[in-house]
Amino acid sequence: MEKIQPVPGPLSEAYFAGCNAGTLLIQACESCAALQFYPRSICTSCNSSSLKWSPSSGRGHVASFTVVRRAISAAYEAPYVVALIKLVEGPQLMSHIVECDPESVSVGAAVTVTFAAWSETQAMPVFTLDEN
Amino acid sequence: MASMRGKVAIVGAADTRVGTVPGVSATELCVDAILKALDDACISKHQVDGLITCNSMSQPMLYHAEAMAEYLQIFPRYCFAAGAGGGTTFSVLHHAASAIMTGMADTIVIAMADSLRSGLSREQAMMVQSSTGHPQFEQPYGLTVPAYYALVAQAHMAQYGTTAEHFAQVAVACRAHAARNPAAQMRTPITVEDVLASRPIADPLHLLDCSLVSDGGAAIVMTSAERARDFPHTPVYVLGVGEGHSHEHISQAHSLTTSAAVEAGERAYAMAGLGPADMAFAQLYDCFTPTVLVELEDLGFCQKGEGGAFITEAGIGPGGALPVNTHGGLLSHSHPGNPGSMFALTESVWQLRHTAGERQVPNAEAGLLHAQGGIMSSHTTLILGRDGY
Ligand SMILES: [Zn+2]
Repeated sequence: MEKIQPVPGPLSEAYFAGCNAGTLLIQACESCAALQFYPRSICTSCNSSSLKWSPSSGRGHVASFTVVRRAISAAYEAPYVVALIKLVEGPQLMSHIVECDPESVSVGAAVTVTFAAWSETQAMPVFTLDEN
Repeated sequence: MASMRGKVAIVGAADTRVGTVPGVSATELCVDAILKALDDACISKHQVDGLITCNSMSQPMLYHAEAMAEYLQIFPRYCFAAGAGGGTTFSVLHHAASAIMTGMADTIVIAMADSLRSGLSREQAMMVQSSTGHPQFEQPYGLTVPAYYALVAQAHMAQYGTTAEHFAQVAVACRAHAARNPAAQMRTPITVEDVLASRPIADPLHLLDCSLVSDGGAAIVMTSAERARDFPHTPVYVLGVGEGHSHEHISQAHSLTTSAAVEAGERAYAMAGLGPADMAFAQLYDCFTPTVLVELEDLGFCQKGEGGAFITEAGIGPGGALPVNTHGGLLSHSHPGNPGSMFALTESVWQLRHTAGERQVPNAEAGLLHAQGGIMSSHTTLILGRDGY
């Protein structure tokens, strides 16, 4: 059984290609310099459609998380940690926290992005806890 | 624009049987609810000129309200099906009140039903579970519906020191109310220990922190305040209503711990000219226990961050300072999906008619109802009251 796969569209192709290349891309407005995620055709701050891709540092902190004890399907092995990550650049995204004891995760913990295979052709951003 | 306060009233209300109702489709539950509500209002189907429904998951239809009208052979001049998740019920009531005030219809039925327990195919059940969230940026991470709400709960715990015991007390209180309601699906009293010992689902939520999966439906009849006096039951007036819409996807929420229930509540209180202290009861959306705690705070029943203490010290069970979900809520009465809050509405009508039997809140003159759809996305607060309040 396969994990739920994203279906990239014209606006997100570059983002998912970035994941495969090991880069977390967010959008930067060329008019007002605002940063945003998820990708859109317009800047939510000034409505400009001049947007470029900007690599995120991949660093952030846990805004919230949960340990899923009952998996959504057999493709996901419970327990797994789902988290909302607030990037140091500002935008927030959903992800997993991997390679840790689920009990060691806390709100506010510092994390760094890494990429995990979601299918034979697609990697997805996930995060690991920083060492103190 | 004239204020909506006191201009429209609920004159009929009825529930179908709820829980496990095998062999009755969502359509038939909806029709049953409509006919029972018309009976309660003592009018014929031919007096209905407005119909609002929500779509069914077990029998999805492209034109749901039209299909119900056709089934009944009624021919309304105002007719639509709405979709705002769990927030649909009170959001459409807001629209119906506006339609009555502007003359789009005189007598509107709001009816909702579904058959989530008996009527869903395995594929439909999977769809319900996996269709929540952003398809590209959230769903791939495999969140179950409780997992989305667990994110709200964990953030509240970290920010304010709220505990799993506080959330469990919500489930215990709803069950205590349901124990007094012969119609409720789950009536055996439970304890905080029972909740914490139930199967872990998504931390901090256990099985008993999660609402039921049910069959069932309900309907109400609404009309203008002038016409309401000609109906047999004590009219229940719309005193205030307000909405707040903050996001669709939880990853885009500007706050995980304060919701747009704040704006919805402020708008409803302002229209009603009333405040939290005037409410004899509150029916708060309880798909999972943490939503009740957040709504108690956001609707001003206590300070932000003090929801846990309010539940423990003031009490939300029978005889508590603020009885919450007097019918048992989605946690213990029933939860047939989007129609879920209809039962909070019919219960409030009976509370304000003073016909709620064993669970009647003494001298209930006004009460507050709140529902949200999405993941704390789409909020409507409704304040109902008796004549003269
Ligand atoms: Zn801009």
